[in-house]
Amino acid sequence: MSEKKYETPLLDELEKGPWPSFIREIKQEAERPMVRDLLGVLERSYEEHIGHWKHGGLVGVMGYGGGVIGRYSDLPEEFPDVSEFHTFRVNQPAGWFYTSGALRDLCDIWDKHGSGLTNMHGSTGDIVFLGGKTTSIEPVFADLTEKGWDLGGSGSDMRTPSCCAGPARCEWANYDTLNACHEITQAYQDELHRPAFPYKFKLKFAGCPNDCVASVARADMSIIGTWKDEIQIDQEQVRAYAARGMDIEREIVELCPCDCISWDGQAMEIADGECVKCMHCINHMPKALRPGKERGAAILIGAKAPIVGGALLSSVFVPFLEMTPPYSDLRELIEAIWDFWGEHGKNRERVGEFIQRVGLGKFLEQIGLDPVPEMIAHPRSNPYIFFDDEIVAGAEA
Amino acid sequence: MSEIAVAQVAEAMYDLVKSTHGKKNLKPMDLTKAMIEQFGEGCDKQICKQAIRELIDSGRCIYSYVGGSYITLPPTATA
Repeated sequence: MSEKKYETPLLDELEKGPWPSFIREIKQEAERPMVRDLLGVLERSYEEHIGHWKHGGLVGVMGYGGGVIGRYSDLPEEFPDVSEFHTFRVNQPAGWFYTSGALRDLCDIWDKHGSGLTNMHGSTGDIVFLGGKTTSIEPVFADLTEKGWDLGGSGSDMRTPSCCAGPARCEWANYDTLNACHEITQAYQDELHRPAFPYKFKLKFAGCPNDCVASVARADMSIIGTWKDEIQIDQEQVRAYAARGMDIEREIVELCPCDCISWDGQAMEIADGECVKCMHCINHMPKALRPGKERGAAILIGAKAPIVGGALLSSVFVPFLEMTPPYSDLRELIEAIWDFWGEHGKNRERVGEFIQRVGLGKFLEQIGLDPVPEMIAHPRSNPYIFFDDEIVAGAEA
Repeated sequence: MSEIAVAQVAEAMYDLVKSTHGKKNLKPMDLTKAMIEQFGEGCDKQICKQAIRELIDSGRCIYSYVGGSYITLPPTATA
């Protein structure tokens, strides 16, 4: 065990200024040799402009293939206490709601077995414990499960689903994101813990198109709350906004991306058939405008960050789906995608890349969905969908 | 066609993992496809899923991560 302390002039710079500092946080735990070596190897990285970590390997708990990410320093002789610095992903509760007691339990477990450093939360949404030895893996898992926690996903599995706060504290929730996320997590425990896919598969539940969980940029399947009918308008409140100084023409009408709002100084009208549910008007006039009453979710497929190929945003697959338990239609779609992509996807090929390779037309045919206009961004712009000859002939006749 | 026993599929999977160890990384779907080819109609994805679970829960095989997730032998089995 190293007692060495490191000079960290470059890291010390990051403590300056009024803002919170991750270096200051790490230094608070620096009585632990593991954390001292972490500071040492990080200072080295800042000096050399290169990371000194590698990840992967054989670490995990018995029976699971996900939840622990093996992490090793490539300078184990110089920094022996971070030669193993594994990451644990702990499945967060839907919407990230905790009691203070639950947080104390988590911190006590991690103080006892690991570095004491956490990341609340990782970009997947999990609670992240940073820095544990291989020998700590099973004891951490035992203590977590005793308190009712479980590990999340990692590797080529269904990653821990995450959701926004939804109806628990947001007026724009078009479905119960918390319940949907919880139910889907419970339904697919096998897929969460036992990697069986070509690569990762992320599900994110957003209650409205504001998409506070950024599902459209990161989830292989984005479940985004929407509505079918007209935006609810309270004309009295619209006039009240105008009376308080809001320039409705400039701030709302002219900024509508589909040019579907009009305002004559007394009443607002919205051509709902043209609305793309961008939320701009609703966000700006929350007292006057609300989503419609016929609510559900749009299902989008194929987003990913640029690790292997380039970044992709997800595309609409199902324009509207009622989101009521037990979410049978959603589950049927998820399982159809897993079945086709699981069998034919290449190693490390995300579902969005797979669709680009095999073609949207073939993908839709295999998972049993009919093409709909909402799948196409602009007329004649989609190279994937081909209509049967008889349909084309019928249209031309 | 009679259904193949999960244990029989698990045994065949284990033999495949062992024979390719150190030469080729196998994903669960690689094992599944190989078993369906080996046993024919009596073997399906569900049986293979159960067989993989049996191998992992018994500790005869473990998951590894090398860019993606694979099924391999535990270090003790190859020492």
